Amino acid sequence: MGAPVLELRGVTKSFGELEVLRGIDLAVAEHEAVALIGASGSGKSTLLRCIDLLEEIDDGDIFLDGEVITDPSVDPVAVRRRLGLVFQAYNLFPHLTALQNIVLGDTRAHGASRAEADGRANRLLERFGLAGRGNDHPDELSGGQQQRVAIARVFAGRPRALLLDEVTSALDPELVGEVLDAVRDLKDEGVTMIIATHEMGFAREVADRVGFLHDGRIVELGPPERVLTQPERPETQRFLRRLLEAGRA
Amino acid sequence: MSADAVTVDRRAARQAAKRRSARRGQAIAAVSSVVVLGGLAALVLTSPGWPAVRDTFFSWSAFRDAFPKVLSAFWLDVKLFCVVEAVVLVLGLVIALVRTSRAPALFPLRLIATVFVDVFRGIPTIILVYLVGFGIPALELSGLPTDPIVLGGIALTLSYGGYVAEVYRAGIRSVHRGQRDAALAIGLTEAQALRYVILPQAVRRVGPPLLNDFIALQKDVALVSLLGVGEAFQKANVITASTFNYTPLMAAALLYLCVTIPLARLVDRTGLGGRTR
Repeated sequence: MGAPVLELRGVTKSFGELEVLRGIDLAVAEHEAVALIGASGSGKSTLLRCIDLLEEIDDGDIFLDGEVITDPSVDPVAVRRRLGLVFQAYNLFPHLTALQNIVLGDTRAHGASRAEADGRANRLLERFGLAGRGNDHPDELSGGQQQRVAIARVFAGRPRALLLDEVTSALDPELVGEVLDAVRDLKDEGVTMIIATHEMGFAREVADRVGFLHDGRIVELGPPERVLTQPERPETQRFLRRLLEAGRA
Repeated sequence: MSADAVTVDRRAARQAAKRRSARRGQAIAAVSSVVVLGGLAALVLTSPGWPAVRDTFFSWSAFRDAFPKVLSAFWLDVKLFCVVEAVVLVLGLVIALVRTSRAPALFPLRLIATVFVDVFRGIPTIILVYLVGFGIPALELSGLPTDPIVLGGIALTLSYGGYVAEVYRAGIRSVHRGQRDAALAIGLTEAQALRYVILPQAVRRVGPPLLNDFIALQKDVALVSLLGVGEAFQKANVITASTFNYTPLMAAALLYLCVTIPLARLVDRTGLGGRTR
């Protein structure tokens, strides 16, 4: 494996007294998908927001393609243009159509021409099963469709890595599959990604490695078959047992 | 009877009951309208002073004489309203943007904007009209406007600029944080996020309250009459003073209504839309 696309070294982040991240080390290789699992509040979202520079870290360093991105002299806008963060609540722009949602960043942030961006957006809509829905506004789409538009919106910027923040957690159960299909499709194309998720089955299937986030640290990291079936750490075992009891694994 | 037939019967019965209830509702509405409105009209028309009130406020001949003059003066109100409204829309937005910005370099501007809103929104418009209309010319500085129409317009702009800025600001703050996050996440700058994502949503949301303020502004244009500007209210007042008949004021009221009622319907329409796009 070559140099990691994303690398985190000793990343810490507190909100006031609350230490959310207490020293995160993680390297994600090109074409690799790393799933982050852990209880609500374990810091998965915060970690992804820190990588996208939506939150400022307190300590440590984050590297993108070997360059440090957490130095104060680095322009966060330029970094965000190379990453793609997808939110749990989709956060589509309600005043724009699905197509305009996808085109906005491509034209305004990446300097694509309108025709070029339209073409790319239409291809993405088709790819994610949304052909013909380009002129719909978000409130005319189901949750699953909205989340697929949100993935297309981010992917239109041709990011070096995708950061998926519990992209199925806000969805009705019958709509989860269509969004996971979209992610699977991107994984098959070799897109590098970090996936914060509650879907253990999906993590097992798509992720090359699974990390268990507990108490602000990645306490266990390895191939899904090991971490999810024979976890070494008692915290991981407890978490998975509780999921099993709740019928989620 | 089969179960199906019973169901069909019930459906017919329900529809008949619904029709009966609708008819009864209409009848009650009609009767109560006649009783209430008729009663009010009777109360006014049979009051001892009604003949005198009719002749002073609703004299047809006085209306016919005054209306053309009041109408020609009213165009000044319309023009002043349009200009002030346009300036207020821009000024309010600028103030709101300054107040919501976090840039340290804008601190002095933010301070000025806050004081502007506090002061000009807090002073009664009528006092502002006097202050600007008589105070500025009294400074005897060259280059300052002396035309009472312009001075009146400035006073109205200051007062409504403060109001409208707060309406915009409330709109900007009402846009969910996730929208800014998403805009930044796709690589937009803060300014682009504001321009393409936050402001379009904020402005759509504040349409109805803005129109509401403009109805108030349209009426308050009459305050510039205090500076001797010959607009509709002032013209009507002059005629009233010479004829001892208030009907010209009613003519002016009618003209104001001709503008404010369509505006109010526009508020209803946009308000009922309810969609954020």
